[in-house]
Amino acid sequence: MSSRTIPSLFAAAVLGTVALASAAAPPESSPASQDPVARGRYLVKIMGCNDCHTPWKMGPQGPEPDMSRELSGHPQDVTLPPAPAAQGPWVWSAAATNTAFAGPWGVSFTANLTPDPETGLGHWTPETFVSAIRSGRHEGQGRPLLPPMPWPMYRNATDADLRAVFVYLQTLPKIRNRVPQPIDPPEAN
Amino acid sequence: MRLARTPWLGQALATAAVAVAGAVAAPATEPPAPRAPQRLSETGLYGPIGIRSVAPGVEAFVPQYPLWTDGARKSRWIQLPQGARIDVTDVDAWRFPTGTKLWKEFAWGERKVETRLIWKATDSGWVFATYVWNDEQTDAVLAPETGVPQVLEVAPGKRHSIPAIADCLTCHGLAPSPVLGFSALQLSDDRDPLAPHAEPLPKGAVTLRTLVGTDRLAPRRPELAQNPPRIRERDPVARAALGYLSANCGGCHNDRGPLARLGLVLLHDVTHDDDRAAPEPAHATTVDTAGRYVVPGLAPEDSRRVAPGAPDRSALLHRLRSRRPSSQMPPLGSVVADEQAIALVRSWIESLGPTRAAAH
Repeated sequence: MSSRTIPSLFAAAVLGTVALASAAAPPESSPASQDPVARGRYLVKIMGCNDCHTPWKMGPQGPEPDMSRELSGHPQDVTLPPAPAAQGPWVWSAAATNTAFAGPWGVSFTANLTPDPETGLGHWTPETFVSAIRSGRHEGQGRPLLPPMPWPMYRNATDADLRAVFVYLQTLPKIRNRVPQPIDPPEAN
Repeated sequence: MRLARTPWLGQALATAAVAVAGAVAAPATEPPAPRAPQRLSETGLYGPIGIRSVAPGVEAFVPQYPLWTDGARKSRWIQLPQGARIDVTDVDAWRFPTGTKLWKEFAWGERKVETRLIWKATDSGWVFATYVWNDEQTDAVLAPETGVPQVLEVAPGKRHSIPAIADCLTCHGLAPSPVLGFSALQLSDDRDPLAPHAEPLPKGAVTLRTLVGTDRLAPRRPELAQNPPRIRERDPVARAALGYLSANCGGCHNDRGPLARLGLVLLHDVTHDDDRAAPEPAHATTVDTAGRYVVPGLAPEDSRRVAPGAPDRSALLHRLRSRRPSSQMPPLGSVVADEQAIALVRSWIESLGPTRAAAH
């Protein structure tokens, strides 16, 4: 599929989330489950992680997450042209994969959340993950997590829930995918 | 230079009752860590005549490689409990006695803006707090846990922010010691004359020699006074550049914290000072070494953490110069690039030639 930045497709993709969700199986896990993996799976599903961390593709009924690349972030093999210039109130745009976003912050790419040791979270600890969400910083101490990552909301989760999310993510198949580093905005100094 | 007027101060006062200082890892079974006082004047920094003089037992110190904070003029003090010693068994990770307090005052021009407090309140926990000076400059009020954004214009269009407690912990919570500026290298009596923004030692300031002489280190370690630590580089420019990186970057980029796996070690290690052949970590882990970050516009194979003789291919210099959020280093704590340090690090990189042909 094309990897050009198509803002309208982003909107379609978001709407598609709703449409596809209605056709999916009902929740298999109780939110109160004491099993961290089950709890994490449940949280990942309802917190929208797949919306941005799983690349989207065009399916027969419209945009859909490519679950063969589940939560592996922006595909390293997708090369993007420069983002369209902002116009008036249209200040940001998204790639068709819904894994790359351009705006006043530059261009951000969603991270590989699978436990691949080289390109994902394989070397992270639960503490690293919790610290990253709480602080809004890469690995809990680096650059800011960039939009549209909704960490200001997720930071309000309990430690137990954040740890459960991490524990579940560590059970995913490892996918080697080196996500590009963010691109600085040209207008900044 | 302009200080924001006082609406935030009212807010700070109103919220001070619920604002709590952050504490590092206090086990749930222990009583809550003590809270920082509401006013700086209540922290024990000043003596009986107020802010004109510090209290007895409070001593000034000046790290030889100051942390860059947008040109702030800083004053620093420490108070060790009477008769207590600093555990320097691990000379690169000092352990301070319970009750230790350190303060750092930030001023631009003659205007005091904030004073930060690090207090080892319990055996297991540190309290971090910062106090924002009032317009009258008579006292400072405990800042909200979330900090106070953009209180002072420090350069055209650039404003200093009072850090949130989470920001404090970003650097202080993950370093070998939560105290970053009071270490063997920083207090060495063999001070680096080329250190950027070096400050003169005030009379009576604490140094390694005074700590050894007053028997406040355990073990006593007289060798730290006799052979004071220094960056293991013969070239003066290299010494100053790597000292700067140790102080400004080594809190996160060291071989003990969560980022150790990056193999990027910018923190000086006194442990190996006796070995003249031991390379300086900041040299060994950067020069002609590929890193994860690629200088924009370069092919990955052309970008190096430090490309000998080629500043434009050196990611370390690129990130030191940047003040764009996604690439600036350090990632917090300043909004203005440190031009003096940039020139120094550039000179060091150029000195590492011969220059390999630049790819671009």
